[in-house]
Amino acid sequence: MILIIDYGLGNLASVANALIKLEIPFKISSKIDDLRQATGLILPGVGAAAFGMKNLKERKLDTEIKAQVDLGKPLLGICLGMQLLFSSSEEDNVACLDIVKGNVKKFKTKLKVPQIGWNQVMVTNSQLLNKIKNESYFYFVHSYYCDPDDKKIAVGITSYDQNFCSVIEKNNVYGVQFHPEKSGEAGLQLIRNFWGLI
Amino acid sequence: MLAKRIIPCLDIANGRVVKGTNFIDLKDAGDPVSLAKIYNDEGADELVLLDITASNENRKTFIEVVRKVAKNIFIPFTVGGGISSIQDIRNVLLAGADKVSLNLAAVRNPGLITDAAKLFGSQCIVLAIDVKKNSKGWEVYTNGGKTATGLDAKLWAKEAVKLGAGEILLTSIDADGTKQGYDLQLTNNISKNVNVPVIASGGAGNIDDFIDVFQSGAADAALAASLFHFGKLKISELKKYMQIKKIAVRI
Repeated sequence: MILIIDYGLGNLASVANALIKLEIPFKISSKIDDLRQATGLILPGVGAAAFGMKNLKERKLDTEIKAQVDLGKPLLGICLGMQLLFSSSEEDNVACLDIVKGNVKKFKTKLKVPQIGWNQVMVTNSQLLNKIKNESYFYFVHSYYCDPDDKKIAVGITSYDQNFCSVIEKNNVYGVQFHPEKSGEAGLQLIRNFWGLI
Repeated sequence: MLAKRIIPCLDIANGRVVKGTNFIDLKDAGDPVSLAKIYNDEGADELVLLDITASNENRKTFIEVVRKVAKNIFIPFTVGGGISSIQDIRNVLLAGADKVSLNLAAVRNPGLITDAAKLFGSQCIVLAIDVKKNSKGWEVYTNGGKTATGLDAKLWAKEAVKLGAGEILLTSIDADGTKQGYDLQLTNNISKNVNVPVIASGGAGNIDDFIDVFQSGAADAALAASLFHFGKLKISELKKYMQIKKIAVRI
């Protein structure tokens, strides 16, 4: 069973709808016991990094997520949920979960920010992106992007004036900057792949 | 590359799609969920659902439509029509909409844009601007083009972005329904002056109108209704054509 971590941010319903469609068993909760019992975790999130971290800490989810990841439980961070996995974010200069070493940076570009819309992912060898064609489109909404210290974990790259890391994969930790639950068939395939890794 | 978006718009009254459709392969042309699914399968990048009755009695029915659409399509969709408070916004977002579009309520109370953006994020606040050209220039109208507001379209767009709007849905009332093409000058003018995506609306009559609005109009997305509903243009055909014309498109 997948646990969608409820920390008071964002639209959990759309992730839940995708799991229902794919017939994947899941629960939405913020309880520590539920985190422990789940076989895989999804950290969703729309909003600001500082608010996200504050909410995780208030619910003591920060330490429990790290503990579960250390035990080898698969974790998928979506959008802000991916960014929160990193060491720190330029957004509000906040320290994040530090599960993945690296920083979250603001786009410096003449293009419109936030990036809103469908952009392509250049796919490298990845389990999460299995059966997904190179340069498939996914739906993005973000002003900040993740910059991992270890470039090898960036298994998906997207170009928005500059190349940035849109998918990470490091052992049992996965993160996607886009919204797979809003990215049509390619997105559903990615969620299916994550379920397959659990 | 970030793709230019194609967005069909469904006008909904009493839980049914109005303005008629003639999909031959659709058993129930008035069913919003069936139509949303067809557009999703044809490659629509996003949908807009407009509650054109926007009365209190019909609100519950409309919210139920939003909920059903959210369970059945996995692309973003915006909900608009009669949204006038934070509670209205919360209701449609909780029902599964990704964004809301504000029109009259934002003109009456621009602070609503800021409050909504703070609570839910700019990414889900779309400002709808209906524009008519008159002796004063491009003026913002409300009530489906009946009421002049005295606001200049460009200034209002810039102001709204400053207040927290994440996208602009720009409708030319003059062009709407004419099938003579989008208002390119207006679209270009607004798009070049704001740092958020602009969705062009009103006037699409043939496949080349879309090319023009992306190239000359500098639009980030193009919205159309009847052209798609009446099967005159298939989204899949349109997208293939955009690709030939070297416009970044999701296929």
